[in-house]
Amino acid sequence: MSINLAAQVNSIMAALILLTSFGLLVQRRMYGLLHLFAWQGLFLSISTAIVGYVSGSHHLYISSILTLALKVILIPYILHFLMKQLHIHKEVEQLVNVPTIMLIGIALVIFSYYLTAPIRELSTLVTRSTLAVALATVMLGLLMMITRRHAVTQIIGFLALENGLFFAATSATYGMPLVVELGVALDILIAAFIFGIFFFQIRTTFDSLDVEQMTKLKEED
Amino acid sequence: MNLSPLIVTYLSLFLIAFTIALVPLFAKHQKILIYVSFPLMSIASAIAVVAGIWSVAIDTPESVTLSIGLPDLPFHLRLDPLSGFFLTTIGLLSFFVSIYSTGYCKGYAGKRSVTHLVIFYSLFIAGMFLVVLSDDAFFFLISWELMAIASYFLVMFEDELIENRRAAFLYLVVAHIGALAILLSFGVLAGATGLESFSGYTFDAMRQTEFPLKWATVAFLLAFFGFSAKAGVIPLHVWLPEAHPAAPSNVSALMSGVMLKTAIYGIIRVTFDLIRVFPLWWGAMVLILGLITAIMGILYAIMQNDIKRMLAYSSVENIGVILIGIGLAIIFTSFHIPVLAALSLTAVFYHSINHAMFKGLLFMGAGALLHATHKKNMDEMGGLIHYMPWTSTLFLIGSISISALPPFNGFISEWLLFQAFLLSPSLNSPLLNLLIPMGAALLALTAALVAACFVKAFGITFLGHWRGHHHPPLQKMGLEVNWPMRIGMILPALMCLILGILPAMVIEWMDKISDELVGGKIATTAGAFGWLWLTPVAHERASYSGAIVFLWIIVVVMLVYILLHIRKTAIHRVPLWDCGFEKITPRMQYNAASFSMPIRRIFGFLFNIREQVRLSTSTISPSFPNRLYYRLRIRDRFWGWIYRPISESSYWISRKFGRLQQGYIHVYLIYSFITIIILLIFAR
Repeated sequence: MSINLAAQVNSIMAALILLTSFGLLVQRRMYGLLHLFAWQGLFLSISTAIVGYVSGSHHLYISSILTLALKVILIPYILHFLMKQLHIHKEVEQLVNVPTIMLIGIALVIFSYYLTAPIRELSTLVTRSTLAVALATVMLGLLMMITRRHAVTQIIGFLALENGLFFAATSATYGMPLVVELGVALDILIAAFIFGIFFFQIRTTFDSLDVEQMTKLKEED
Repeated sequence: MNLSPLIVTYLSLFLIAFTIALVPLFAKHQKILIYVSFPLMSIASAIAVVAGIWSVAIDTPESVTLSIGLPDLPFHLRLDPLSGFFLTTIGLLSFFVSIYSTGYCKGYAGKRSVTHLVIFYSLFIAGMFLVVLSDDAFFFLISWELMAIASYFLVMFEDELIENRRAAFLYLVVAHIGALAILLSFGVLAGATGLESFSGYTFDAMRQTEFPLKWATVAFLLAFFGFSAKAGVIPLHVWLPEAHPAAPSNVSALMSGVMLKTAIYGIIRVTFDLIRVFPLWWGAMVLILGLITAIMGILYAIMQNDIKRMLAYSSVENIGVILIGIGLAIIFTSFHIPVLAALSLTAVFYHSINHAMFKGLLFMGAGALLHATHKKNMDEMGGLIHYMPWTSTLFLIGSISISALPPFNGFISEWLLFQAFLLSPSLNSPLLNLLIPMGAALLALTAALVAACFVKAFGITFLGHWRGHHHPPLQKMGLEVNWPMRIGMILPALMCLILGILPAMVIEWMDKISDELVGGKIATTAGAFGWLWLTPVAHERASYSGAIVFLWIIVVVMLVYILLHIRKTAIHRVPLWDCGFEKITPRMQYNAASFSMPIRRIFGFLFNIREQVRLSTSTISPSFPNRLYYRLRIRDRFWGWIYRPISESSYWISRKFGRLQQGYIHVYLIYSFITIIILLIFAR
């Protein structure tokens, strides 16, 4: 596989990641979200492997396998398990104003291209064109957290944001040192467990996983 | 290892640490704890006094770098004459107060646990010692905070009363705002040394730097503000009258007597030792603030009826007097008149140690009253001279000393200060030529008001009849305080006398300090006529001999006594304040509020006074009222002028900021999202 071809494939992967990000932004069904998230993880894993092949830095293969194991299998499984336990698998979340959210998302993507333009001119890496997509994925994850009301969807938004960060690391610098990546992977796993515990806590406290209920915690003035 | 003052100081510090370590062992046996820890603390303080006196006497600064400290910044200690002098002052009063505490804290035994009182008391004294010993900005601030926090917990000792908790909180706030200013000041100084990393934070590096005037001014103003907050310079004095009455009396004696002095030490250290070169207007500013503090402090003191509040305001006044001296010293130094600068500084040091002695004594006396009568309000006491002869005599000595009357010590320092005022030649500045005579006049007024204030304090409390509602609850003899408390008060009273009749010797001892700081000496002239005579600049101008005055006073008193007792009929014992009208009751006496009324009329505009008089008339005729209600409330104007606006505006701002907190996670996420976007736009 020539480098050019690899870059092409990587770009396709980037496009798919961006696509799944938009999918996450507007998907209403919990299961659909989970599947989209798993797909995003899969594309991320493939992209990482390609970058590892192109750059010859073999530790990226390990990252890729870790991503596959964690973000495609383990975390979706944990979330799936939680949804079952909490009986929320059939819930459909009411989203406000999908077109507006989509428009904001598109604006953010354009903004990311605008931001990364100077870096693209300076960089010599094969993957430089995907940096904008990585940044856009981060912002879309954040946007998802802002627009969603359900605790589980917020967590998925957070994990998507983390995917974007990981993608940015591989596309901008051919990946972080392995130690760092291992640490981050472990953090994500632990975070998933902690979220799980918090879901139960929030559920018992508010009888709901709607984070709007948390306004009750605010002191009166 | 050769014995040196610094090593002796270590011994004292180790003994304090040992005392603190012992506390847990005796926590179950409160009485033993009191009997073990306070005597140990008094020994430790006495050792510190030895070290202090010695280090001033040999006049060779010792410095040492400790191996402990922050990374990259070991702690530095230094014992030079200036620190030695303040070490002596702090040690002396802690020595007396520790003896006194042995008796005083017995009053708590069985009522409440004194364990944490002992711990924080020891830490407090250790903190004060370390403040004067430290030789780098970090260690200074650490010791400063140790002192502040320990005293905060001491003020909070009786924490079941809400006013004590509020007083302690106010104290903590003011202390920390001050500490912040001091930290910033040291930061400016350290930055101006131009040294890399943290080595600029040592006082040694600051000493060797010529500061540009701009930065020196910034540092001086910050340091002065910070130390003023601790010293209680008006308008930063508000915590004193709240915190001193709240604290146990032995602690108020220490806080007022010596903790305020650490702030004076700080001002002197930063101004004369670290910055060294200063313009004239600093001195004028300090002088004016000192005058305001002195006169306002004593006026507020006169208005108080709570004896400890009155003493607290009187401390404000004394800090003002000390600041006047510092201001004069700065002015004279900037005019290059080292002798007069040395004279002013000597007055400052003399007044510092004097105030530590007599204010400590007076607070201990107030503690004795509280211990015996459980009252703080002078209007509920009276006639105590019959029940507490020791306490009343000692309180009288304290009152005479603080009123600057010979032969006691207060006279010496105020006299020296007046000499500095009177001997000042016409300086090359019209403003100062106006200011200095006015300052002298105001200082004289202050001295007179102090005398009035303490006539009131002594007269209302100890003379006349018992005013309390419950008629003498007191068996005639069972009221006098126990011996440790008496000894703790007798010793400072003796010190007041010694400092009053041997000033030439004391000045000779501490002359090196002003020599080192401003390059002038006065001992050669001051002690030119031996230990008996004090002649600050030249004997043609002024001279004073405390010993001879003392002797004359004794002779006159003896003569009067003998003359009165020769004739048996010369003395009659009759009911007090009877004046021939036989139906007088104790409630008809002159009381504290009526004593201060003339002054209240003259200076009323300075206070926030609310007076209410209500007649309750009888049924027979409105012309025959059967009861008269009188209410008087006097408040500090500075609350309304400065503190209320500050606290209200900060509440207002925090309420506005509170709006940001909506309780919606989404809103918080939007905040961070917008922040990220804006930062990205700017960072591009």
